Amino acid sequence: MYKKEVRGILVQGNKSYGQITRDVTAPLYAQTPLWWYIAISISSIAILVGALAIYKTVSTGIGTWGVNNNVAWGWAIINFVWWVGIGHAGTAFSIFLLILRQKWRTSINRAAEAMTVVAVICAGLFPMIHMGRIWNAFFIFPYWNTRGPLWDNFNSPLFWDVVAISTYFMASAVFWFIGMIPDFATIRDNTTSKIKKRVYGFLSFGWIGNARGWLRFETASLLLGGLAAPLVVAVHSIVSMDFATSVMPGWHTTIFPPYFVVGAIFSGFGMVLTLMIIVRKVFKFQDYITQSHFDAIARILTFISLIMATAYTTELFIAWYGGGEYEMFTFMKNRVTGEYTMAFWTMITCNAIIPQLFWFKKIRKNITIVFIMSIFINIGMWFERYVIVVTSLSKDFLPSSWAAYAPTYVEIGIFVGTLGIFITGVLLFFRYVPMIAISEVKGILKKTSN
Amino acid sequence: MKKYWQSLEDYQRIKTNQEYVEKPEPEFSIEGMSEEEKKGKATRRDFLKMLGFTVGGAVIAASCETPVRKAIPFLNQPEEITPGVANYYASTFYDGNDYCSILVKTREGRPIKIEGNDLSTISKGGTSARVQASILNLYDNARFKTPQKDNQEIDWGTLDSEVSSQLKFISEQGKEIVLLTGTIISPSTRKLIEDFKLIYPGTKWITYDAISYHAIRLAHQKQFGAAIIPSYDFSKAKLVVGFNADFLGTWLSPVEFTKQYSAARKLLNGETSMLRHIQYETTMTITGGMADNRTPIKASDEKVTLLNLYNEIAGLLGQTQFTISKPVVEVHKLAVELLENKGESMVLCGSNDEESQLIVNAINYLLGNYGKTIDLVHNVQLKQGNDIEVAALIERMNTGNVGVIIHYNTNPVYNYPNSQKYVDGLTKVDLKISFAESPDETSTVCDYVAPDHNYLESWNDAEPKLGFYSMMQPSIRNIFETRQAQDSLLKWIGSDQSYQDYLEKYWEADLFAKQSKFGTFKAFWNQSVHDGVFISEEKLNSNFAYQEAELKITEPDKDNAKYELFLYEKAGIGSGNFANNPWLQELPDPINMSTWDNYLCVSTLLAEEFGFKTEDVALINGNFEMPVLVQPGLEKNSVAIAVGYGRTTAGKVGDHLGTNIYPYMTITNGLKKLSGSLVSIEKVDGKTYPLALTQSHHTMEGRSLVRETTLEKYLKDPASGNERHAEDAKKNTTLYSKPEFTGFHWGMAINQNSCIGCGNCVISCQAENNVAVIGKQEVRNRRIMHWIRIDRYYSEEAENPEVYHQPVMCQHCDNAPCENVCPVAATPHSSEGLNQMAYNRCIGTRYCMNNCPYRVRRFNWFEYANNKDFDYNMNNDVGKLVLNPDVVVRSRGVVEKCSLCVQRIQEKKLLAKRENRQLMDGEIKTACQASCPADAITFGNLLDPNSAISKINEDPRNYHLLEEVHTLPSVSYMTKIRNKKS
Repeated sequence: MYKKEVRGILVQGNKSYGQITRDVTAPLYAQTPLWWYIAISISSIAILVGALAIYKTVSTGIGTWGVNNNVAWGWAIINFVWWVGIGHAGTAFSIFLLILRQKWRTSINRAAEAMTVVAVICAGLFPMIHMGRIWNAFFIFPYWNTRGPLWDNFNSPLFWDVVAISTYFMASAVFWFIGMIPDFATIRDNTTSKIKKRVYGFLSFGWIGNARGWLRFETASLLLGGLAAPLVVAVHSIVSMDFATSVMPGWHTTIFPPYFVVGAIFSGFGMVLTLMIIVRKVFKFQDYITQSHFDAIARILTFISLIMATAYTTELFIAWYGGGEYEMFTFMKNRVTGEYTMAFWTMITCNAIIPQLFWFKKIRKNITIVFIMSIFINIGMWFERYVIVVTSLSKDFLPSSWAAYAPTYVEIGIFVGTLGIFITGVLLFFRYVPMIAISEVKGILKKTSN
Repeated sequence: MKKYWQSLEDYQRIKTNQEYVEKPEPEFSIEGMSEEEKKGKATRRDFLKMLGFTVGGAVIAASCETPVRKAIPFLNQPEEITPGVANYYASTFYDGNDYCSILVKTREGRPIKIEGNDLSTISKGGTSARVQASILNLYDNARFKTPQKDNQEIDWGTLDSEVSSQLKFISEQGKEIVLLTGTIISPSTRKLIEDFKLIYPGTKWITYDAISYHAIRLAHQKQFGAAIIPSYDFSKAKLVVGFNADFLGTWLSPVEFTKQYSAARKLLNGETSMLRHIQYETTMTITGGMADNRTPIKASDEKVTLLNLYNEIAGLLGQTQFTISKPVVEVHKLAVELLENKGESMVLCGSNDEESQLIVNAINYLLGNYGKTIDLVHNVQLKQGNDIEVAALIERMNTGNVGVIIHYNTNPVYNYPNSQKYVDGLTKVDLKISFAESPDETSTVCDYVAPDHNYLESWNDAEPKLGFYSMMQPSIRNIFETRQAQDSLLKWIGSDQSYQDYLEKYWEADLFAKQSKFGTFKAFWNQSVHDGVFISEEKLNSNFAYQEAELKITEPDKDNAKYELFLYEKAGIGSGNFANNPWLQELPDPINMSTWDNYLCVSTLLAEEFGFKTEDVALINGNFEMPVLVQPGLEKNSVAIAVGYGRTTAGKVGDHLGTNIYPYMTITNGLKKLSGSLVSIEKVDGKTYPLALTQSHHTMEGRSLVRETTLEKYLKDPASGNERHAEDAKKNTTLYSKPEFTGFHWGMAINQNSCIGCGNCVISCQAENNVAVIGKQEVRNRRIMHWIRIDRYYSEEAENPEVYHQPVMCQHCDNAPCENVCPVAATPHSSEGLNQMAYNRCIGTRYCMNNCPYRVRRFNWFEYANNKDFDYNMNNDVGKLVLNPDVVVRSRGVVEKCSLCVQRIQEKKLLAKRENRQLMDGEIKTACQASCPADAITFGNLLDPNSAISKINEDPRNYHLLEEVHTLPSVSYMTKIRNKKS
């Protein structure tokens, strides 16, 4: 059978197995660098800002935000969807690429999964604090209660959200954790610190690396992966249904579920790119995260970007073809033109146009440009959610109630807070967990190294 | 079943199938244990222990609870008061400007709501926003709580002795005693003032109106020999022409006029004609917005236009014409049309200008309207202010001739154009007394304040029109240490009588004789108090001969570099006496949807010229700055500013809002005019001022929200303008079964031909449903809480747009988008078709608000009650007395909205059940519907084919808002029809 290697070399430097272990775990044993302290201080301050903003929200009321009677959802929901989208990367990465037997995922999936877990935590925060009466948030769970036959409204997409996101969070976290067990055991065996030995010993669940263990491990990973794969699709489909099942022009479209899932993967991959370029640079993982990894991600992004462009065009086409006057207004007069033109065209430029530069190999090879483009994708995807949430609500059916929306410092503060949580989470991950799945990289070493 | 045995004895027993006999428990002899203890029963000690524990536990648990609120039961159960059941008392609203016959709803002895009195032939059960809001004035914490001397508290005894002795002293000196009052329509009070004059012979009674109608009376004096304001009857007219007369909003008797006007334009029961209305006005008013044809004219061109109209009519009738300059607007067609409706038309002018009013009277006389649409016999007793006497009084005050001045229901320090001169004059008056109910600009410069009762605490009568009497009775004991002004006057003339007795005596002596129905006075009195109204059978003077008066025009000042300033009253705030009423401050202006401010209205053309946008700032006369609001329909070279703002001593709510523009009233020939000032305008670059508007987009964007047609087309096809309804009905298909109801399916219909947008329903709903006031900043944040709002749209050209009002409340959709998105099922559908809110269940995700195409859901963004940041009526104990106990006050974080007054539905349903009968159609009236002066709202059971609402639903004019969204609303709208002539 003819076989052509599409990918380049995935592990460089003619590594031995021991060398890989040493390389990957090196940052864990090294003295904590100064930048790490600086970074975590900054991110902690960001968390503090977020905590103050949340305190203000909970103690005074949602009125401290910029939302109003007409645009009742604002930054909170935009950021919620944005974070959920980013939270798609890890699982999508690991699972889809695992199922598709893409070997190149191995150096990246660990970090991507970590990112997922932290991003979903950030996302989950928003629907909570967004509630008017957070102290009654438990109403949203279908628990047996003393109020007679009073259940949740199983028709409500918000209820589906609760189920989908909590399931997704648990599945992602478990998947991530199970993947780390062999590596925790490696650290446990190598470390000299007694505390670390105990901690990693506990976390590794008594892993001894025998063949039976590996067999179980592989099966569990595959099973969980199989379970989580539909979840990846389901979660963002359901998030999209918050919008798609409503009657608002610009929300009420059947394209939303696939469009949101693809968009989520797009933003997730974008964030992976951003993060991995930093990791590679800072921890000198050039041998493990190679040009060809970025090349693979860039190619995927190009493809997804084309899907996004198709989705945007389809929306516009259907708005015109469907002949609904309200939808037509929302798309043509409130997005393509009108008050929110800036946001719309930022979205189009960042998501549909800029990634097309990845067609050029030169650009794919230039890590600096790739990094900048990944940032653009993150911005573009944020604006996509902004366009969806704000433009539809601010100018809907009755012109009498049209109103503009601008966030207040409280909303911005909460967003800063979640950025802080995300960065803090990632920093802790850098410091205490092997960033690359050691065992998995070893598995592909024979085939794809030089 | 297998048998198991434990011992051989047991085995034996089982074998012989013996019953197991329980051995008696061995008696443990524990020393010191009583019999009860052995049996495990609680002893006294145990009881005490348990008691101690329980009480202690309860105390600890209770200490975490919210503070205890005391409800003190009646010591003696008063008659007529049943807790939970409302009592209604007929009474009269009169604030010096507007008259309205009302019913006061009281619960547990406190008034909580005002309804219209159906028995009144004048207001016919309608009210205005101001009448509705007046209930809040009763519970205004800013009211005087005791009498005052030099702004310090004193007691009534001291005040009475000091005032009486000073009155006597000054009277003996021969100095003038002046009673400066607003228009008094109470015949008994007028009698009392005569009595007062007998005791203090130097007394002069002068009537002062903030907004004067003196010219109408002067003109009638000249032409009919009597200084009267005639009463107008729109129901007899087929054509009404208004010149700056905002008769639906603020002019003379708007509730009465609205009732008549809307009845003549309903087109509900197959009528084929409707009242036609043409309006010439300077700024856009709700009256102009309702007009079939509207022409913006300069206030200074009004007289020329009127006289041209006179000439055209006179010419057509072959009578003498007057020489005048060229007409500014073409009025020939109008003259022809007026003549076609001879005796069935009416020309009205709102200017306090004698020349204008003379011409108007002459026109109406030529058209034969007197005695038909215009009634001189039952002339209006409102607005009796005499500008000339007031001006003379100020002169005398400044020369030191006035010894005493008593202010009753008047506030000249605030609203006299030259108030500085008035204040200067006051300093030369020896004794200054005010009867003000709450502190105002005048009362603070008075020596004594003898605070008056609120009208809901007072006995009084009223005669809004000659021969039409109205009764005011207290519905609550005075809350503060106040005393009715009339009682004070009685006290000061040395009478021991209470005013209640005085009033009763007056009715016995005077009015009893004017009727023949009742044999005894007691019966007559009781019936009058019960009904609240009484029409005299007395023959009135009807001898009014017309005398020609010279019609001439004094050319007004013109300056091309300057702009004509036109002052107007806002529908809510009016002349400014209710400025401390937060409901009225937050009532959006029906035309420009602004709250909490006044501003400089500029026309669209002027805005273009200056580069003004709404919220820019203009410098007026190089003197003061005001925010700008671009007002379509305003005459292009005029600017307009609302009076009633810029109060400095109104109370926490009303102080320092906007600018006091009364100083820009002009006085020509002794008459106070709202127009006539010429001002220069400059744009203040780079400066803006935030205005709180509740609507910022003004067109329908071509959407068929308010459907309209013309009378001509309607007569050919009743469904004209509403073609979409049939189309959408065809297209509206669904996979799901239609919701079915048994018994009741509540529905509402709004006749857009009737609705004038006055805002009465908004305030009525606010009072009924405890809707919170949120203040200017929050309104600006677009978070107004009103459950019913009146959308206003413009169409056609911006210089003179057509205006549409559309009241929008929860549409109670049978396929409600809000219901299925709530994750916790806090907003379900009732079995009677109501979309309900379970506040306790709501967690505030606001998904329902987003998914409501009508945007009628309101979120409690903050805690609006008991919150010092929202220091309105719900933040003080007095203000909270206005709350309706049937409706819960919503807490922070929950969504609320119109319930179709479910508490009223339940009340009437229970009543019918108790009386074991069917609920009658029209028995339930929602708050917005009950007092609507235009009768624009119908409510009822859609399942009853004979109900009024079902009939409307079958009318070809009926449609649902956004019916193409397939929400299946229970609220419907009826096409607006304009009586346009092509």
